[in-house]
Order: sequence, then structure tokens, then C-alpha cells
Amino acid sequence: MNERSTHARSRGVDHFMTGIFYIVGGSAILLLLVLATYIVIKGIRSYYPGVMGFTDAGIGNQLFNTVYLVVLSLIVSVPLGMAAGTYLSEYAKQGKLTEIITMSIEALSSLPSIVIGLFGYLVFILMTGAQSNLLAGAMVVTILSIPQITSTTRDALRALPDDYRTGSVGLGASTFQTIWHVLIPACIPRVVTGIILVAGRGFGEAAALLYTTGQSTIIDWSNWNLASSTCPLNPLRPGETLALHVWMMRTEGSVVQHSTEIANISSMILVIAVLVFNLAARLLSARIVKKNRGA
Amino acid sequence: MSDNKDKIVVDHMDLFYGDFQALKDINLRMPEHEITAFIGPSGCGKSTLLKSLNRMNDLVEGCKITGKIEIDGQDIYDKKVDVNQLRKQVGMVFQQPNPFDMSIYDNVAYGPRIHGIKNRSALDEIVERSLRGAGLWDEVKDRLKRNAVGVSGGQQQRICIARALAVEPDILLMDEPTSALDPISTSAIEDLAMELKENYTIVIVTHNMQQAVRISDRTAFFYLGEMVEYAPTDELFATPKNPKTEEYITGRFG
Repeated sequence: MNERSTHARSRGVDHFMTGIFYIVGGSAILLLLVLATYIVIKGIRSYYPGVMGFTDAGIGNQLFNTVYLVVLSLIVSVPLGMAAGTYLSEYAKQGKLTEIITMSIEALSSLPSIVIGLFGYLVFILMTGAQSNLLAGAMVVTILSIPQITSTTRDALRALPDDYRTGSVGLGASTFQTIWHVLIPACIPRVVTGIILVAGRGFGEAAALLYTTGQSTIIDWSNWNLASSTCPLNPLRPGETLALHVWMMRTEGSVVQHSTEIANISSMILVIAVLVFNLAARLLSARIVKKNRGA
Repeated sequence: MSDNKDKIVVDHMDLFYGDFQALKDINLRMPEHEITAFIGPSGCGKSTLLKSLNRMNDLVEGCKITGKIEIDGQDIYDKKVDVNQLRKQVGMVFQQPNPFDMSIYDNVAYGPRIHGIKNRSALDEIVERSLRGAGLWDEVKDRLKRNAVGVSGGQQQRICIARALAVEPDILLMDEPTSALDPISTSAIEDLAMELKENYTIVIVTHNMQQAVRISDRTAFFYLGEMVEYAPTDELFATPKNPKTEEYITGRFG
């Protein structure tokens, strides 16, 4: 009798807890849906002709700056992060040094981005004596990205079967040849997934860029002289990004015509872009899993 | 006993993993163009000895070797030896088929490429010759661009053999090459090994005593890190001299 009631009670608790977990999980989805829908609807409603244009009334320049900044930062962060990840997985021996490096990378990835932004301001603006510029912003985003690219690369390499290494070394390949020709190609899909996520984060980064990229955007789309401060591709010109623009439009810039609309539409683009980046990463990793199952 | 000259000579060799002695005073001469089989229960050191012959044990931290291993009279643990050249000369086929995640062609061409062969037609020729050597050419010649990971286990193992042959070794080490394969693929690999011994010297580690009987010329029996007995295969299985060998081959332990 007693045993039976214990059993019934544990079943009751089970049902109850399952319900709780459903509610918690459901609210996470609900929160995202509500937030995204609200921002997208606000964005669509705020549309006015010329908003996507490349003038002061539009956000084309800011969008371009954002993409350009992410590309600049990836050019630096991908090779460095992959090299560091490869070192940790393939060369580093167990020991104090490796532990310190691993801990530093973890600490670096959890630093508040505003702190990295200030550090970037100190190093890339004050110490170089430069004006605010896109490259300085890209370097700050690079610092933010390196830990994740490093750990993604390290984990992707460690997940590869040891058979790849013995198979290659057994044919007389050096360690470096093995890494370069066998291991890195085999883990590229996973690393690319990580890079997409990092790019998504860089796309929406604002706090870290407050002090470095500058808040003006004067681009002359007919000027292709790289040394000129109005050339779109000059990395040393100031270049406000989309996320910064949102912040500007709700603070100092709120006197600008259409500032509310611009902030709404920019937010919409940012949200959609980050969702797309995340979905792309998901799809890619789903394909990798399928491929690894031999399908 | 054949009159072939000794290709591999192991002389008073001890091997340690840290403080643990995995091989004790091994003395062994393996003649050219023969198949030598290493048998013995798990953990007896037979795979460890095999991996010492192309210095794959260098990859294991804390592995130390004393004594001598000579190939063609050259001490392979000598400081002057280029270990990558050694592994080119002494090819290896592993227990689990381990083709790389790339096309069949690129798998076989991998070795020649890292050793500096870039010419396309030279590579084509090597790939065809190696795949023929592994008895696989007719099966895969129309799908060389397909990923090697997608073919059957037996074919994967023969791709790995072709990959090893492509760098033109003189010795082929096989570490339980058929233990992950079905009986038909197993017999294909065994036939292949017997053909290959015309041109190569083969050392095979096997758990399967029938396999040793079927294909090898000589067999060495290992137990607890020691080489208990080494003799022509038919002799060792018909009239084992050591009681331990007899117990093992009659299935009383192992």
C-alpha cells in the first residue's frame, strides 16, 4: 500500500516537472518570437523611401561599414584563431603553459565587450595617434572573435579520429603536412560554422566599437582612391556601423529627421541578419552530422 | 627455411612505456619477400613491436627503446635516420580502415604528393598502379572522384593498402588488417597479401590463428612482452616447442 502511494507520488512529480520544463522551454521560444516579431513589424512600419539609400537619410553606408568591418576583422581573426586552435590541439603538450593559455582564452571570451572596446581605444587610437577608424574597430572585434575561433578549431581538430593522424604520418608525412593537408580540410565545415557565429556577433557588436570606429560616415561612392578619407574601401576612415547607428539615433542623433524610423529599421535588419547567421550555422552543422553518418 | 636474406633484424630490443616494460629482450630476423605473422593474446606486445618497425611509437609520449632494430643493415633508431623517409620505406596498414575524408584518387595520391610528385600524369599512373596492386582498380576506376569514406569497409581497407603502396615501400606492416572486415573482404585481403610478398616484405599482426596459418611463412608467438617462440609457420603450429605456445594455439587461453 505504502509502496504504491510512493510510486504514484513519484509519477505525479514526474508529470509536474515535465510540465515545468515545457513551460520554461516554451517561454524561451515565445520570448524570441515576440521580440523578433515586434522589432520586425516596427521596422516594416517605419519604412520610408530612401531609407536604404547611401545618403545621410539612409542607412546604406552604415550597412556597408558593418559588412566591411566584419570582413576586415575575419581576415585577421580567422588565421590567428585557427593557428592558436591548431597549436592547442596538435602541438601543445599537457602542462602549465597549455593550461595558462587555455585559461586566458576562456577569460578573454568572457570579458565585457566595453572593456575590450576601451582597450582598443587605448591601443589602436591613442597609441597610434590615429583618428577613429574602421580598422581599429575591426581589430577590437578581432580580439572578441579570436577566443571562439580558437576553441572551435581546437575542438574540431580534437574530434577528428586519431586514424587520420596515424594514417598520414605512417606514409612519411611530417606533422605539418598532416595538419595542412588532412586535418584542417577535414575540420573546415565545423570551423566555418564557428566563423559564421562569430561573424554574426561582430555584425551586431556596438559597445566594443563606441570608442574606435567613430560615429560619422562620409563616403563618396565615386572616389576609389584608397588613401582618401572618403573612399568606401579605405579602412582608415571613420565608419559607423549599423548597431552604433541605432544607439546614435536614440541619443545624440535623435534630432535628425526620421531618427526613430532609422533606428527601427536598423534594428530590424540587425535582428534578421543575426537570425540568418545563426540559421546558416545550424544548417551547416546539420549537414555535417548527416554526412558523418555516411548518408 | 628459405634462403632469403634478412630484411629486418631486431636485436636485444626492450621497450618501455614510462616505467612499464612492454617488450623484453626481443630477438628476431625477418627475411625478405616473406610474410611474418605476430600472434599472441591482447596486450602481449605484438602490435607494439610492429609499430616500432616504422617508429610509429615515437608518437607515444614516454615510449623508450633500447637495443637495436635494423632494416637493410641500418639501425632505424640512429639519430641520422630521417623518420619520414623511414615511414615511406616501411608502409603501414591499420586495424580500422582509415581512408582520409577525400576522394579515392586523392587518398592514393596523398603519399606521392607529400613526397613531392606534382605531375598530373605521373600521379595518374601511380594511382592506377597502386589500385591495381591492391586489387581494386576494376571496382573503382569509374568513381575515383568519389569520397573514400563512402565505400564499403573492405574497399576502404584496400584503398588504404593502395595508399601505402603508392609511396613505393619495401616493407608493409599490417596491424590486424582484417579484424574489422567481413569474411569475403578478409579473404580478398589475404590473397592480396600473398601476391604482394613477391615484391614486398610483409609483417602482419593477427588475432586470427587460421589467418597466420593460411598466409604466413613464419610466425612469432608473443606472451606478456616476451617472444616465446619463433619458427616457420607450419612447424610452429604442428610441433610447438614451448608449452605456452601449444596452450595458445590449441585455444586453451587467449
